[in-house]
Amino acid sequence: MRWQTDPLLHVEHLTMRFGGLVAIDDLSFTAGRGDITALIGPNGAGKTTVFNCITGFYKPTEGRLAFARTGRAEAADVEELTNTGARFAHEPAGDIYLLERMPDFEIAAKAKVARTFQNIRLFSGMTVLENLIVAQHNPLMHASGWTIMGLLGVGRYASHERAAVDKARQWLDAIDLLDRADDPAGDLPYGDQRRLEIARAMCTDPVLLCLDEPAAGLNPRETADLNALLLSIREQHDTSLLLIEHDMAVVMQISDHVVVIDYGVKISDGDPDFVRNDPKVIAAYLGVSDEDVDATDVNMDAETGKEARP
Amino acid sequence: MAGGSGDSTTPFDSGRLTYAVKQAGFAGLLTAGLGFPIIAFRAEPDIRNQLALQTRWSWLVTAIVLLAAARFLSLMLDGWRARTLAMAGLLMAAFGLGSAWFASQAAPALVWGTIAAGLLCIGAGFWLELRAAGTTAPAGPGPLRRIAATRAGALLGNWSAWIGLGALIAFPLVMLGWLGPAGSLKWINNYGVQILIFVMLGWGLNIVVGLAGLLDLGYVAFYAVGAYSYALLATTFGLTFWICLPLAGILAAFTGILLGFPVLRLRGDYLALVTLAFGEIIYLVLLNWVDLTNGEAGISSIPRVTFFGITFYDEPGGFSELFGLTFSPIYRTIFLFYLILFLALVTNFATLRLRRMPIGRAWEALREDEIACRSLGINTVNTKLTAFALGAMFGGFAGSFFAVRQGFVSPNSFTFIESATILSIVVLGGMGSQIGVALAAIVMIGGTELLRELDFLKQLFGNDFDPALYRMLIFGLAMVVMMVFRPRGFISTRAPSIFLKKRKGVSSEFVGQGSG
Repeated sequence: MRWQTDPLLHVEHLTMRFGGLVAIDDLSFTAGRGDITALIGPNGAGKTTVFNCITGFYKPTEGRLAFARTGRAEAADVEELTNTGARFAHEPAGDIYLLERMPDFEIAAKAKVARTFQNIRLFSGMTVLENLIVAQHNPLMHASGWTIMGLLGVGRYASHERAAVDKARQWLDAIDLLDRADDPAGDLPYGDQRRLEIARAMCTDPVLLCLDEPAAGLNPRETADLNALLLSIREQHDTSLLLIEHDMAVVMQISDHVVVIDYGVKISDGDPDFVRNDPKVIAAYLGVSDEDVDATDVNMDAETGKEARP
Repeated sequence: MAGGSGDSTTPFDSGRLTYAVKQAGFAGLLTAGLGFPIIAFRAEPDIRNQLALQTRWSWLVTAIVLLAAARFLSLMLDGWRARTLAMAGLLMAAFGLGSAWFASQAAPALVWGTIAAGLLCIGAGFWLELRAAGTTAPAGPGPLRRIAATRAGALLGNWSAWIGLGALIAFPLVMLGWLGPAGSLKWINNYGVQILIFVMLGWGLNIVVGLAGLLDLGYVAFYAVGAYSYALLATTFGLTFWICLPLAGILAAFTGILLGFPVLRLRGDYLALVTLAFGEIIYLVLLNWVDLTNGEAGISSIPRVTFFGITFYDEPGGFSELFGLTFSPIYRTIFLFYLILFLALVTNFATLRLRRMPIGRAWEALREDEIACRSLGINTVNTKLTAFALGAMFGGFAGSFFAVRQGFVSPNSFTFIESATILSIVVLGGMGSQIGVALAAIVMIGGTELLRELDFLKQLFGNDFDPALYRMLIFGLAMVVMMVFRPRGFISTRAPSIFLKKRKGVSSEFVGQGSG
């Protein structure tokens, strides 16, 4: 179990309150390096809130989010870092980042955690290529001497920009959008926009990529392509994935580790087979939404016959 | 449009020119037929109070030519922009001819200027049509678009920018040679310099509003800071213009950052309100901090511009004497024209380059979606502050030019109406488009100045009619009409900053307007 032996992200006692509403209540789990970790749960369970806490868009009310960008986050190192009040530390065992202390853009730029959004957020008035170049903002900013050198035409900005275009070209090739590179991103069909958003996030060279419902609104064919894309990202780019998904075809086929939450509380945690047969999960799903019930049923029927029905 | 059957979108593959000529002829005939009884004859009481028939053949001919030309142009041009431009050009040319014909003593410069400007506009319309064919898929089958698809068409597009620049450089010299020192002063100063100041201010504000999408209603504050910086530094410490210019820019940029910090978290209407208040604060400070700014009375006797140390006064060692010219204030004005042209071009060059830098792309991304920017590791605070600072810096440059041109600054030059004018220029031009902003400045500033020249209308409406009084009214109406038909400005298509295979314009329907 990689999430126990080589964890990348430790979520510890994460609590998020909005006024009187407790969206997440003392949630703890780990995500393994190189794993595809799925976060599932019925509607309104608090999955997106967890994402927003991890990527810095919300400040958690309580809890610690220790992220080992490289190496391991030794418990003693994390304790020491927590006590110093710093945001990150480069220990011999690995680079540790405390995400709950960092603003959103720093999490993306320094800790290398990228994300996509449930409602696609592309720069729709910019071309597909420009979207991928904007994603490489920080290295390019450095190469342009914080604009000053680039503005004067001194230094190596031009060659770095060419390299950035090459990288974008590779990603466009990977998501099959090379022919539409010069079209506005807002002009793409829905499925292409989803894949472009993933490619854009990947252009920031993330260690952990968080995908918020990547398969929402895709047809079965597109979903199969998405699965292949996500698996290839894991294989070829040393990027671990954390995804929220309702589509059980995606969750059960590609994930190594599934965390189930309901009403902000973790109810199950394990590999897909374990979670699928966990009575608590079945109860949570059957009690809540017809759509999810059907999806779970299909999977359960195939695997375990009718015995799972209460 | 005049009568005539047929519809301008008829898909004529060839022979479009003949079709257009025929249709224009038909429109002309129709006008002649309809206008003959109405326009050509007029009954007026004569001395004996009996009705006498007067003929007005010139009116009829004008109407026929005008309508035929309009019909012809509308059939030849497919693009909205090209058509609008050509129609405006036609009206300008007609106005020039009209003032030559009807006004008792029209200034020849005005007549020929408007006719030339009108023809230029029509030419620009055709050029736009050609360029549209070069950048987008050839939609219409018109003959122009086919020419444009060739290499020669693309070259033509490139040349026109250089021709425009050449025309700008030649403008004061041509005016001087043609109208002499006294006659050309008005044209170079009221039209040339004044328009270029607003072109520069528009380009500066374009960084903040057009690229970064941050609505700024108090831009004049930076203009004021620049002007007072030069005025105070020059009068107190005796620093020269070229030293004060960068200092004024830095001070204005600093003011921009000062404004930027409190408004970082604000978006939309709230941001606009705070920037508006900021502009008023600067105005009130200038008005009331009498010890520093001399209050309402302003700062006078600011050192005037020198030609790299050579003054433009009528004195030994002055410019005229040194170069063996008869003294005239026109040389200073011409130098000021080139100075502001240079500053404006620097602004344009810097902005065009910045658009291709990471910071420029980050500004545009910020306008499109701020949350997505943050998820990609872009520090939106710094990005916004840079936009405010750079926009303010160019405003500061323009301000110190204003001070050196006037030789006098007072708070009354920096009221809200100036901010509103600059913002209208940016919005009218098309947010983010450099050419559009320049065009809008010409129309807004040149247009208001031109309305002062409508004296020939007295011939039509009687001597009590003072067209200058209607300037703002006509202008406001024109703006409303413009915004109804072109809500995203003259040039609403966004040019991408980089392309892989082919540069295609991004239609305004996809481009965000910014909410911050």
